[in-house]
Amino acid sequence: MKIIVCIKQVPDTNEVRIDPVKGTLIREGVPSIINPDDRNALEEALKIKDECEGVEVVVLSMGPPQAEVALVEAIAMGADEAILLSDRAFAGSDTWATSTALAAGIKAIGDYDIIFCGRQAIDGDTAQVGPQIAEHLGIPQITYVKELKLEGKKVKAKRALEDGYFVIEAELPVLITAIKELNEPRYPSIRGIYEGFKGDRIKILSAKDINVDEKNIGLDGSPTQVNKSFTPPGRGGESEIIEGSPKEQARQLIVRLKEEKLI
Amino acid sequence: MAVKVIQEKCIGCGICIDTCPFDAIDMVDEKAVITDKCTACGNCIDVCPKEAIIMEEREKDIINIDEYKGVWVFAEQREGKLLNVSIELIGEGRKIADELDTELTAILLGKDVDDLSKQLIKYGADNVLYGESELLQIYTTDGYTKVICDLIKERKPEIMLIGATNIGRDLGPRISARIHTGLTADCTRLEVDKENRRLLQTRPAFGGNLMATIICPNHRPQMSTVRPGVMEKAKYDESRLGNIEKFVPNLREEDIKAKVLEVVKEAKAQVKLEEANIIVSGGRGLGNPEGFKLIEELAEKLGAVVGASRATVDAGWIDQSHQVGQTGKTVRPTLYIACGISGAIQHLAGMQESEVIVAINKDKNAPIFKIADYGVVGDVYEVLPELIEALDNIDEILESVN
Repeated sequence: MKIIVCIKQVPDTNEVRIDPVKGTLIREGVPSIINPDDRNALEEALKIKDECEGVEVVVLSMGPPQAEVALVEAIAMGADEAILLSDRAFAGSDTWATSTALAAGIKAIGDYDIIFCGRQAIDGDTAQVGPQIAEHLGIPQITYVKELKLEGKKVKAKRALEDGYFVIEAELPVLITAIKELNEPRYPSIRGIYEGFKGDRIKILSAKDINVDEKNIGLDGSPTQVNKSFTPPGRGGESEIIEGSPKEQARQLIVRLKEEKLI
Repeated sequence: MAVKVIQEKCIGCGICIDTCPFDAIDMVDEKAVITDKCTACGNCIDVCPKEAIIMEEREKDIINIDEYKGVWVFAEQREGKLLNVSIELIGEGRKIADELDTELTAILLGKDVDDLSKQLIKYGADNVLYGESELLQIYTTDGYTKVICDLIKERKPEIMLIGATNIGRDLGPRISARIHTGLTADCTRLEVDKENRRLLQTRPAFGGNLMATIICPNHRPQMSTVRPGVMEKAKYDESRLGNIEKFVPNLREEDIKAKVLEVVKEAKAQVKLEEANIIVSGGRGLGNPEGFKLIEELAEKLGAVVGASRATVDAGWIDQSHQVGQTGKTVRPTLYIACGISGAIQHLAGMQESEVIVAINKDKNAPIFKIADYGVVGDVYEVLPELIEALDNIDEILESVN
């Protein structure tokens, strides 16, 4: 059985700060990490590998050459092999073009039974790439999965809703997107870190290698374009700072809120 | 499309580097060089003092976008009830359709939900396309995608709006991939450029640290998802009239590959952040999960709902259902009390529409104070107990002031 896990290297957006004077993003020192939901996706694949005989876990990513670090970590966690799609031709891809490239990468790997993705990446928050890959491959998808069981040639999943869940069944091959509740991702082992840094299980492929039409990738292959980007406007208006001891501050605040009929 | 630097004109001043939100410009031999990170946002073009940066348009396979007319809204229903977000999208879709001088159509799929089609008209739709089938009673990716894609191919709408619910975010990308069109997730503002009938879709990017306006110039329909609570609900007008077209979709059981075996409601008390009048939120400044006990106590006194920043949810201090912000919920209460929240833009993106914001934080330079109406610089562990006590003695305090 072959499982492919799609991961993305992302800047840790919790650590991004705005320069208070210039109003621009401060990027220096922002660490790059494996996208959190993708770690859950990888963990679920590794769990199946632990429990069943003859399971191969291949990790797939798209990004600049530096993204190889994320693949080293994935190998260290226990993946068998990792592939990075890296090519200038992919630059500027929106979710449609990204999913087209990843689907081509998956077809190049071939012979897959389950594709795992994280629900969404923290730098884009779109949750679109997983379902779009499934559509390009013409296989069923189960998104927002918080519990998964493999039963022979089928999977049964609990798929989270806002107020409960669906129990969904699908035959393999299937694409699953993972949420945080699915599992607790493992840490890399010492032996794994050694394996990862050897680098011999990581392959870098170009657009030509995966036989994808260049018309459908990169900026030119993206149906959506960024028209402009800007830092969010503030609310305007003055803020009133309430001074004094904690007791005085609390009392004054309550009076203000009461006067404005807010409480 | 690509951004290009005209080498002869570039003087190496570096203004573009400071402006670029994506860190996509390097300086090589005193000339600006655009790297792979470029998203063609065009910010550098606007600031270059020497007009040395240009946008290169390339030829494309263009579909005939003029054939596409009308605004569609996916009217999501669950168990025979319209979701609030569907009514919000009808309100927003109505405005867009009026600006483009076109019709608003609601897409309703289900079984025995005829009364919902009438409601959609009264909320503002001109037309309702109601596909009725046993197979559409409960949402399935395969069933809903097939029926909606068949409709899009046949009738060619220019815009389609979908609620960014757990279901809408499953359906939208599947449709966009099948139709080959663009989809913009979690839009917080929609406007139209009337001249070329483009939908200007503004959404938070980069974890909410940046806003981006996205367009889909050469593909149709232009698709957006919008989160619940972001747009205002449409007004119900009993007298409104419209066309309801009920149809039997071409859908067979074997078309549905991922089958729903069971629908389970969870007893877990729902956190109704979107509907709350008052929200008391806790952030990393609480220092530990125990801090939320104080937040809960204050919330209870105020009849408020408890919110939380992403950092506290990531740290496991509180359940994700409490999360406010770009990755959590978007709220617009009358009063938002932020306790120990520094005010990362990703958090502000979810709460800055609140009518009145109170910030309590030790750090007087915390960004949250920039958007707060009332700021209290102080330790939450000192201020909150005093607030709780003050609420107990509120009459006496008010008397002493007057």
